[in-house]
Amino acid sequence: MAEIILPPALEGVELVRSVRTPARMEYTYTAGVATTRFLRGLADGRILGERAPGGKVYVPSRGADPQLGVPTTEQVDLPHTGTLVSFCIVNVAFYGQGMEIPYTSGLILLDGSDLPLMHLIQECPVEAVHIGMRVEAVWVDEADLGPTLESIRYFRPNGEPDAPVAQPGAGVTW
Amino acid sequence: MVRDVAVIAFAQMPNVRGETVLNEVEMLMPVIQDARQRAGLDQQQIGFTCSGSTDYLSGQAFSFVSTLDGVGPWPPIQESHVEMDGAWALYEAWVKLQLGDVDTALVYCYGKSAPGPLHEVLSRQLDPYHVAPLWPDAISLAALQARAMLDAGKATEADFAEVVARSRRNALNNPNAQLAWDRHESDLLAEEPLVDPLRKHDCPPITDGASAVILAAGDRARELCDRPSWIRGIDHRIEPMALGLRDLTVSTSTRSAGEKAGVSAGPVDVAELHAPFSPQELILREALGLGDHGNVNPSGGPLAANPVMVAGLTRIGEVAQRIMNGTASRGVAHATSGPCLQQNLVIVLEGDG
Amino acid sequence: MADEFGVLSAPLIIEYPFTRTTGPVIGAFLTGLREQLLLGIRAADGRVIVPPTEYDSATGEDLTELVEVGPGGVVDTWAWVRHPMPKHPLHQPFAWALVRPDGADVGFLQAVAAGSIDAMATGMRVRPRWAAEREGSIHDLECWVPDP
Repeated sequence: MAEIILPPALEGVELVRSVRTPARMEYTYTAGVATTRFLRGLADGRILGERAPGGKVYVPSRGADPQLGVPTTEQVDLPHTGTLVSFCIVNVAFYGQGMEIPYTSGLILLDGSDLPLMHLIQECPVEAVHIGMRVEAVWVDEADLGPTLESIRYFRPNGEPDAPVAQPGAGVTW
Repeated sequence: MVRDVAVIAFAQMPNVRGETVLNEVEMLMPVIQDARQRAGLDQQQIGFTCSGSTDYLSGQAFSFVSTLDGVGPWPPIQESHVEMDGAWALYEAWVKLQLGDVDTALVYCYGKSAPGPLHEVLSRQLDPYHVAPLWPDAISLAALQARAMLDAGKATEADFAEVVARSRRNALNNPNAQLAWDRHESDLLAEEPLVDPLRKHDCPPITDGASAVILAAGDRARELCDRPSWIRGIDHRIEPMALGLRDLTVSTSTRSAGEKAGVSAGPVDVAELHAPFSPQELILREALGLGDHGNVNPSGGPLAANPVMVAGLTRIGEVAQRIMNGTASRGVAHATSGPCLQQNLVIVLEGDG
Repeated sequence: MADEFGVLSAPLIIEYPFTRTTGPVIGAFLTGLREQLLLGIRAADGRVIVPPTEYDSATGEDLTELVEVGPGGVVDTWAWVRHPMPKHPLHQPFAWALVRPDGADVGFLQAVAAGSIDAMATGMRVRPRWAAEREGSIHDLECWVPDP
């Protein structure tokens, strides 16, 4: 880029190099029918998956089976236990973070579900967290249940022997 | 050598002020299913899928992409999406079909304007240093253009009211229209302005909506549809972002796109113009050489329903539908994006014989 | 919160702090605003563009010659806002206008605190009202006022 020519009035003046342009917008988010069912389920102490006829069980469901492209119409009351299929140990502080670091974020495949659910893993030293670990949900007190995933405080190891976890992509064909 | 591509199906949901029960995926699924059903295709038979919307309408990252759940993209599909009105997703699908490796495309688009502060959202597309920090709303910007039209002697407020009365009266025949009524121009002119010189009725409603189109090429189109709506020309031009650099009373980009799309190469039986504000219809008529054409926006146009990210594709669908059902032989559809008709896409559609 | 169908909804706020680098051309314009000066840039055809662009919008070539314009200007087109929105630059009814500073060939979007719609007319003269505290942003130009 060629050098710009400033008018005499700006010679020797400290030039602006950056400018703040903050933006904030307020919306009203509609959960939709399927997500509402899931959230209301949590308020009742239940974890509800959904499936379309002939389809897999998804939790949480957004209302569509992503393979079939049709609405999920059946609710499935899932057990509160599952297998850890992946995890991440967070060591970096970030804006808005509430947890003490390091902490573990995990993908939990609840028994009977085809889609893992993301949540916190606690009551387990981070070095001991491993794929295949069996975990169970720890809920808030009944009086504090609400239509939010925070009704579950976290998942913790439940002492069962490890379960086998399929390699990602294993057996997937089309 | 340009490959013949046609619209062979069009579907839309009834346009509403606010869809407060269904989420975007739930809202969109029936529209996509309807379009595919009309074409007699299931997702696995469709070569390419392209969609238009924007996360800023919902305020959530990845909300647009997550609507692919409603498509049922399994086995894996060839897919693309554009942060634009579905009309541009159609343009990309048309280009893809030109490459010759696929013969059909699904184009869909959706937008919920109701959940968010639409005018603040739209202001995010403006110059980030000099204009967006002032948060000008779309009505104010269109009002500047309306004043320029009045000052230039190119239109009167009565001309604006005529567009409004005709559009909303036409909308009475459109079961998917949101706003339809029959009021006299003098009644409209008696109302107080909203942002002078625009009155509320000169402005589009806020709409939640979705629409979808199926494209097919050559013989595949003829197999699937008795009377395909062939795309004879398609072009898109853009003007500078800064309003002061443009003559707001003419749409040079629409004129240019219309010439390159070949609008005047034949008779125009029907035109659907994406003019969200009434003065803009007058500007577009002039740019496309439509003059006082008697069949503009028979659907009611954006004044009857203006789902952001959808209204442009719906204009194309409305023309295509009229060709497919035999009520028109040749038509023009137009889509716009950006403040005061900043960029414009023009498409010419024609039936056989 | 639930609607009559029992569907849940909740407020959702998105917020970005954004600090943007300006480059030398936009930086010079914003520096000018901080110093209560208006700048334009000379385009390939000799016209003076405000706000300055780094490139010519017709030819695409780099533009480099910044020139002082103003201090006053002319309203090229306008619109009257009866009900200002919360984020608008002024909170009493005001006019948006494309204001063309003296010496410039192009107007740019600004707010005019005219007091009443009767004080507005295409072609009227206006002068800038500068913000008391300026930091090198478009907000340094608080608005314009009629300059009969």
